[in-house]
Amino acid sequence: MTLTRRDVENIAHLARLEITEAELPVYVGSLSAILAFVRQLAAAPTEGVEPMAHPLEGQVQRLRDDRVTESDRRDRYQANAPAVQAGLYLVPKVIE
Amino acid sequence: MNPHHATAAELGRGLRTRQYSSVEVTRFFLDRIHEANGALNAFITVTAERALADAARADAMIARGEGGPLAGVPLAHKDIFCTDGVLTSCGSKMLANFVAPYDATVVERLTAAGMVLLGKTNMDEFAMGSSNETSHYGPVRNPWDGSKVPGGSSGGSAAAVAARLAPVATGTDTGGSIRQPAALTGLTGLKPTYGRVSRYGMIAFASSLDQAGVLAQSAEDAALVLRAMAGFDERDSTSVDAAVPDYAAGLDRSVRGLRIGIIREFFGEGLESGTGAAVRAAIDAFRAMGAELVDVSLPSLPMSVPTYYVVAPAECSSNLSRFDGVRFGHRCRDPKDLTDLYQRTRGEGFGAEVKRRIMTGTYVLSAGYYDAYYLKAQKVRSLINADFSRAFASVDVLMGPTTPTPAFDLGAKTGDPITMYLNDIYTIGANLAGLPAISVPCGLVDGLPVGLQIIGPHFSEERVLAAAHAWQRETDWHRRLPPLYA
Repeated sequence: MTLTRRDVENIAHLARLEITEAELPVYVGSLSAILAFVRQLAAAPTEGVEPMAHPLEGQVQRLRDDRVTESDRRDRYQANAPAVQAGLYLVPKVIE
Repeated sequence: MNPHHATAAELGRGLRTRQYSSVEVTRFFLDRIHEANGALNAFITVTAERALADAARADAMIARGEGGPLAGVPLAHKDIFCTDGVLTSCGSKMLANFVAPYDATVVERLTAAGMVLLGKTNMDEFAMGSSNETSHYGPVRNPWDGSKVPGGSSGGSAAAVAARLAPVATGTDTGGSIRQPAALTGLTGLKPTYGRVSRYGMIAFASSLDQAGVLAQSAEDAALVLRAMAGFDERDSTSVDAAVPDYAAGLDRSVRGLRIGIIREFFGEGLESGTGAAVRAAIDAFRAMGAELVDVSLPSLPMSVPTYYVVAPAECSSNLSRFDGVRFGHRCRDPKDLTDLYQRTRGEGFGAEVKRRIMTGTYVLSAGYYDAYYLKAQKVRSLINADFSRAFASVDVLMGPTTPTPAFDLGAKTGDPITMYLNDIYTIGANLAGLPAISVPCGLVDGLPVGLQIIGPHFSEERVLAAAHAWQRETDWHRRLPPLYA
């Protein structure tokens, strides 16, 4: 499996990662090598095998009661935010 | 008083019999960290003030006749566990300014047990690495030889305990990140069953694989710390609601009659000869102790590494989408729009290996490739899991080496991701199947430690720990210190 520069640019865009011109050829090489390495899975006999998503297959996902369990800690949490105003997280303008 | 020659269990006994106070012991380890951390880079943050306050509280607890076996014993947490009011960086520039606003369940429980927090340990960025060289805070050095890596991703915790800058430390293991560094630094490293320990407040890497555990000096220490940190937690949806046994009480169980499966696939090409010889000798010693050895084949196990390098990156690409420069962590300067904010924040905040894994995961989940890569890997994961189930129908535990070689040189494998990934060839299987596994020191090759791995069925930590303890009663590999830190 060999990826092109264009493929890597596309993957980086899907992942919302800025990749510099200098980094691009490095990722073309290493991602191609990784995909070639994992392609050996294609030879494994998996006809009729169920995919395994989770190690404890029998476990049922719990639901909790729909009631308030947390206290309001907004200020504490927002102390880690890069930009807030009046309790709101600030981002660049989305709608003109 | 030489607290660095004592295990956590021994320190706990010394504290309860008032041979020394927790404040004295804590000051001793803080001094040791102060002297040695410059060379080892094992700690990202040292919480000296908090440690002394914790210690004073523990002393008061002990004076009142309260507190269990770990009261007043210092420890270090891997910097992946959120710690209220303390920098929790996960080894990344992305979180280099993140002061956690709450405690992870692991932190909360070990604090409640009276343990004293010395600091937060260095690690591969977001736990992605096998050598502790991907950390934003620089590599950690192996106390046995400063030119070698300590393993990863819990490399800081491993170096800290190996050099006895802390009696015990927490770690996390997604593909070997507790057992591999434990093997490379001469420690006892336990990865519990998936779901045994709460992951609440533990920064997520690959959610179907991640599990918290312990890097310790002995199976007894691992048993005590696991008991204190394990158990049901409604805040983690994968936490299993099952009683936590008194692991320490079960340690003396004899290995007579124990059926040990020797994994044939773990002794093939790629296993360094000295490592193989030490592990074989250890397994033979179990026979001398009355265990029965059985040759076992797990034919799909060689597919573990490629399976892991589809599943883990896929899950990481999803988990790490939360780092967007909006609510916490790094943010780029002067974003011109929202896409620019995301792309530059993530491009600047993540290191090269993390970006590589996010992109691998994005690719294998993308339209047109999902079936060929992700779904296929999940099916192979079923085959690997079935191999383990079949093996455990006829044996009690499985044994083999933890790593193919002892610690390697810093920089030796950073140029080639696949060579680095193959370090975890013997450890990944237990993560894919969610099994408990431990690495115990079983020899030295050219002055570097070698680890024996013991894997058990789901929730058989008692059995795995008892086998490790039986080995440690017969040998003293776990009591050897790196010469520079003796």
